[in-house]
Amino acid sequence: MELTGAEIVIRCLQEENVKFVFGYPGGAVLNIYDEIFKQDKFKHVLVRHEQAAVHAADAFARATGEVGVALVTSGPGATNAVTGIATAYMDSIPIVVISGQVPSPAIGMDAFQEVDMVGITRPCVKHNFLVKDVKDIAITIKKAFYIAATGRPGPVVVDIPKDITQHLAKYEYPKSVEMRSYNPVLKGHSGQIKKAIKLILEAKRPMIYAGGGVVLGDASEQLIKLTRKLGYPITNTLMGLGGYPATDRQFVGMLGMHGTLEANMAMQDCDVLIAIGARFDDRVIGNPEHFFRKGRIIIHVDVDPSSISKRVKVDVPIVGHVQTVLAEMNQLLEFEDKKPNAAELKAWWAQIEKWRSKNCLNYDRTSDIIKPQFVVEKLYEVTKGDAFVTSDVGQHQMWAAQFYKFDKPRRWLNSGGLGTMGVGLPYAMGAQFAFPDAQVACITGEGSIQMNIQELSTCKQFHLPVKIILLNNRYLGMVRQWQHFFYGNRYSESYVDALPDFVKLAESYGHVGMRIEKPGDVESALKEAFGPKLKKQLVFMDFVTDQTENVFPMVPAGKGLSELILAEEL
Amino acid sequence: MRHIVSLLMENEAGALSRVAGLFSARAYNIESLTVAPTEDATLSRMTIVTSGSEEVIEQIIKQLNKLIDVVRVLDLNDGRFIERELMLVKVKAVGALRDEMKRMCDIFRGRIIDVADGSFTIELTGSGSKLDAFLETLDKSVILETVRTGASGIGRGNRILKV
Ligand SMILES: Cc1ncc(C[n+]2csc(CCOP(=O)(O)OP(=O)(O)O)c2C)c(N)n1
Repeated sequence: MELTGAEIVIRCLQEENVKFVFGYPGGAVLNIYDEIFKQDKFKHVLVRHEQAAVHAADAFARATGEVGVALVTSGPGATNAVTGIATAYMDSIPIVVISGQVPSPAIGMDAFQEVDMVGITRPCVKHNFLVKDVKDIAITIKKAFYIAATGRPGPVVVDIPKDITQHLAKYEYPKSVEMRSYNPVLKGHSGQIKKAIKLILEAKRPMIYAGGGVVLGDASEQLIKLTRKLGYPITNTLMGLGGYPATDRQFVGMLGMHGTLEANMAMQDCDVLIAIGARFDDRVIGNPEHFFRKGRIIIHVDVDPSSISKRVKVDVPIVGHVQTVLAEMNQLLEFEDKKPNAAELKAWWAQIEKWRSKNCLNYDRTSDIIKPQFVVEKLYEVTKGDAFVTSDVGQHQMWAAQFYKFDKPRRWLNSGGLGTMGVGLPYAMGAQFAFPDAQVACITGEGSIQMNIQELSTCKQFHLPVKIILLNNRYLGMVRQWQHFFYGNRYSESYVDALPDFVKLAESYGHVGMRIEKPGDVESALKEAFGPKLKKQLVFMDFVTDQTENVFPMVPAGKGLSELILAEEL
Repeated sequence: MRHIVSLLMENEAGALSRVAGLFSARAYNIESLTVAPTEDATLSRMTIVTSGSEEVIEQIIKQLNKLIDVVRVLDLNDGRFIERELMLVKVKAVGALRDEMKRMCDIFRGRIIDVADGSFTIELTGSGSKLDAFLETLDKSVILETVRTGASGIGRGNRILKV
């Protein structure tokens, strides 16, 4: 029997066990939407802006490890999706975005709602396809899911002209795909792994630096095993948080521009650095010339060869799936007689404890204005550290990363690479769809939340009991902070004027709104929001926080990790 | 340093723009780029002449390998190779210049492939530097038009780039 292209699309998605499609209809995808109407295997989530559809699909992928799916129409639907796609690309998140395209004969004619989606997204996708024949739909979607999820994951766009969704073809979903041009490496080179183990055991001042690759590669368990066995200090990047339990003694906190003193100093001063699923990003190591240390040995495990020796030259590259490579390392260590040098390690830990004792994340706990850090600390306590936490981009994001101690991977969802304001609420939606009974908190700023505020409507429609933690400082805080430090306090356009009454706004969408103005009310408000009475409700909590609080420590852009500014130095 | 990178990629619409886009997006140099289908019509072979430090060249090779449509990549400079480029030059050929141009063409082992009243068209193949040398030898005022294909390269001996 022959099916239409639109029916084939639906069948393929069902075959891939897709549970949610986040999307928004329009002319070019009407045939597909008609088939969605007739099926009930997956749920379609109607967002209020295509950017949010892609973010929500991306969050679903981050939270579950499965491929997220978004569906948008041609032209403006497609361009609205681009920010979401680029966000997923920068953080290597596996999503498939299906976009409608004008009918094949109209392509290139400047047709109504025509945009070259394949061209526009080329630099921000892992791969993209324009489907030219109805017979190619099934194999293309199969390839799209395969490419998105394997190797270094990433977004894949499938652009389908409207006429193709009407044409008929025999349908058969391919069981597997083989591509001669795409064969991601799995196993690391055994010789290199042996060499790495030898160097790791000879280290005097070792340091483990683990990134988002550990989370994406589900390698957390192996990482914990390795780190505990060695007894070495470990840091996580912003993207890696939760990859190693933050409450563990060996964890020295996040590193980077707003990392802890102990993490940044240990990173700088170590003699053997073990980088795992991390990429020496500029926000992580600052200036690579300053980061360079003669004699320091760097071992780098990553699934993407192009991440190795890109910003920092490494001594022992190991290309492979982080989980597989770490498992092999753990196995080697079991049969290894040599142990880490106990005396050297003890001295190294003593040094680290000295840095740690500076308590670099300390802030004024006696203030009568609400300190943003305090809200995050209380959120951590009230949710018992077990919530899915999403954030937007800015100061609140950094405080969330510093003060919510993530013990599990896939719990912390934020835009690390692209730094996209506006992800917070759609990310919370994606996480809540994935785990309907879990606590989901969106830590945001009054600038960021307004970038996708329309999604409050989606949350109402789908009864998503997301808790919004707005750290309202009436400033584009991170911009203000840079202007404070580097632009002589000239706060150019960083004040957020004419803010809405967020309580009323939330209420008008049918949600619960709260305004919290005193430190003494923070805990009780959070308890109420996460308590049984409001369990099924979205609660929008507007915390009126200190306007001029800054994020510390801070490594100024272009500086070295050890050149950080501490709060007390001001 | 100047490198010649050869690659085989799926002969699909858009594959060329992926490579060209990669070079512009990552600010890699591109001196020339040639592409044509191979004896296996599903594959195209591309030769890219680029330049950069060893680190940059290493990244270029890795990034090219990462493109989903790219099947194989070879940095020809990793071994011995041959490089050839084709150039067509239209030169002024009037009076005494007609003999002069014929002689120059012979010295560089070119061929005159079109003769007109006031001009010759000369076909010349060789390495890029040989073609440069030819142009430098001619008086600027004699050159009416030039067109070059960009370099193609192939490994010497048993160095073979094939799927
Ligand atoms: C889409 C987008 N536009 C601009 C920026 C630049 N930017 C980074 S942080 C920031 C301020 C964010 O303000 P707010 O959401 O209120 O958070 P706060 O820093 O005050 O916590 C801006 C404008 C960005 N990251 N994303």
